[in-house]
Amino acid sequence: MKSWLTPFLVLALAGAAFLLFPYNLAFLTRILIMILLVLSLDLVLGFAGIATLGQAAMYGTGAYAAGLFAVHASGNPLAGLLVGAFAGAALALVSGLLLMRTRGLTLIMLTIAVASLCLEAANQLRGLTGGADGLRGIRMQPVLGLFPFDFAGQTGYWYALSVTVLVFAGLAVLTRSAFGLSLRGIHESPARMAAIGVSVYWRQVAAYTIGGGIAGIAGALAAQITQLVSLESYSFTISAEALIMLILGGAGRLYGAVIGTVIFMVVHHVAAANDPFNWLFVIGALVLFVVFLVPNGLVSLPLAVTRLWKGARHARA
Amino acid sequence: MAETILQLEGVTAGYGPTHVLRGIDLTLARGERLAVIGRNGAGKTTLLATIAGLTRLHGGTIRLGNRQIERLAPYRRAWLGLGIVPQTRDIFPSLTVEENLICAMRGDASLDEAYALFPRLKERRRNGGTQLSGGEQQMLSIARTLMTGPEILLLDEPLEGLAPVICEQLMAAFEQLASDGRRSVVLVEQHADAALDFANRAILMSNGAVAWNGEAAELKRRSDLLHRHVGVAIAE
Repeated sequence: MKSWLTPFLVLALAGAAFLLFPYNLAFLTRILIMILLVLSLDLVLGFAGIATLGQAAMYGTGAYAAGLFAVHASGNPLAGLLVGAFAGAALALVSGLLLMRTRGLTLIMLTIAVASLCLEAANQLRGLTGGADGLRGIRMQPVLGLFPFDFAGQTGYWYALSVTVLVFAGLAVLTRSAFGLSLRGIHESPARMAAIGVSVYWRQVAAYTIGGGIAGIAGALAAQITQLVSLESYSFTISAEALIMLILGGAGRLYGAVIGTVIFMVVHHVAAANDPFNWLFVIGALVLFVVFLVPNGLVSLPLAVTRLWKGARHARA
Repeated sequence: MAETILQLEGVTAGYGPTHVLRGIDLTLARGERLAVIGRNGAGKTTLLATIAGLTRLHGGTIRLGNRQIERLAPYRRAWLGLGIVPQTRDIFPSLTVEENLICAMRGDASLDEAYALFPRLKERRRNGGTQLSGGEQQMLSIARTLMTGPEILLLDEPLEGLAPVICEQLMAAFEQLASDGRRSVVLVEQHADAALDFANRAILMSNGAVAWNGEAAELKRRSDLLHRHVGVAIAE
């Protein structure tokens, strides 16, 4: 397949979604924001092999940083995005210096602990963050001074799509670079990477920091578009759902993050609308299907089906 | 006399609390080719892994040039010029041949040099690591280590399980790598004849210690020693 065809198709689908679902732009925008968060998790877990259940820590920090920046400094969206990215990356760097010295279950528990600490800090700092009531009073200026945020969510959608495309393109370059390849090498054999001159610890800290920056951008986008930041931004549910989306789509593949998020969010949306109490059953069945039948994620489904079909044809012959 | 580039003094090391190497003393000169011969379990692989920093050192010192390195992490040793090619090859399966090389590239290393040494890798540069034959994987493992620009190349049983024609190709490549006299090569090998033909010095290892140290040509003549420590005799 031509290398430009897949991104072209994805962008065409994003454009079609805008035209076909004009009354669901808030939901479509939420999908784009979650894609960013899952992309950040993909870099950290899928590529670098860092087991984490605390990506919400950076997402929430980015959201609060961008929200506070808008309330107290400037409503410029792009400046707010940078602030969110910086805040997410800074938290990831500081926590990563400790976290990357641990492995396995300890690491997972510590990542959850960091997110819990952030949640509790945001709850306690009521005067600054609004506590359980959430951070309010966020007023955004028009994007690039030209496109004001509208009630229908059109500007928010295109703004989120543009940021997602830029981050995706940046990650595509990064993961193909020597740095990105070394992360995959670390995922597969840290000892071998160390023996060929790669500092596993510092590479993982770098990957965790970049991932934190991207999660911070996702949080900042959410704050700017919804104009509200709540304690939910730090919730364990966000981290866990992002992980499920990544597993569904396929870890270590950027398109896997996109596909997994879209499918999870759409299934969630439809199933929860039909049965608000048992929708998790559908998600659970989907995860079981993927784990047992397509362990590399739904992004590898076409290849798996092709192999199956070729195998059946070969057997008949 | 050539400058000593690597020096081990009283090195005792192993895995966890286990001691495999016991009081190893060893020197390596720049450009020297050293063969390490011994039975299975004699400590040959552990010796290379210890030099590269992949085991637990219980005692002794390791000097690389003028620098004491026994406390340095493996990646710092690689920066200083130690390159190890493991027995297990450890190809990254999700990366292509070219990506395996790129992720190890340092300084002025180039893919062209690697492909010049192993033209087969260039033909298969887009193939995944798991799609290679055993010989190709070994070539890739060696080429990947060369991407780090090592002054000392530690080769751990590179001929194991390979067809004779591939072994010949690899030995020719080792010859080429050591021919300029700037790079030292330590070759651990069960094929004692091939290793002793390549090396100018050899050590015999037994029970984690150096049982004999001298000229490779002399060891080749000492069939009694080879028979006692390796269980083979070299054909005349």
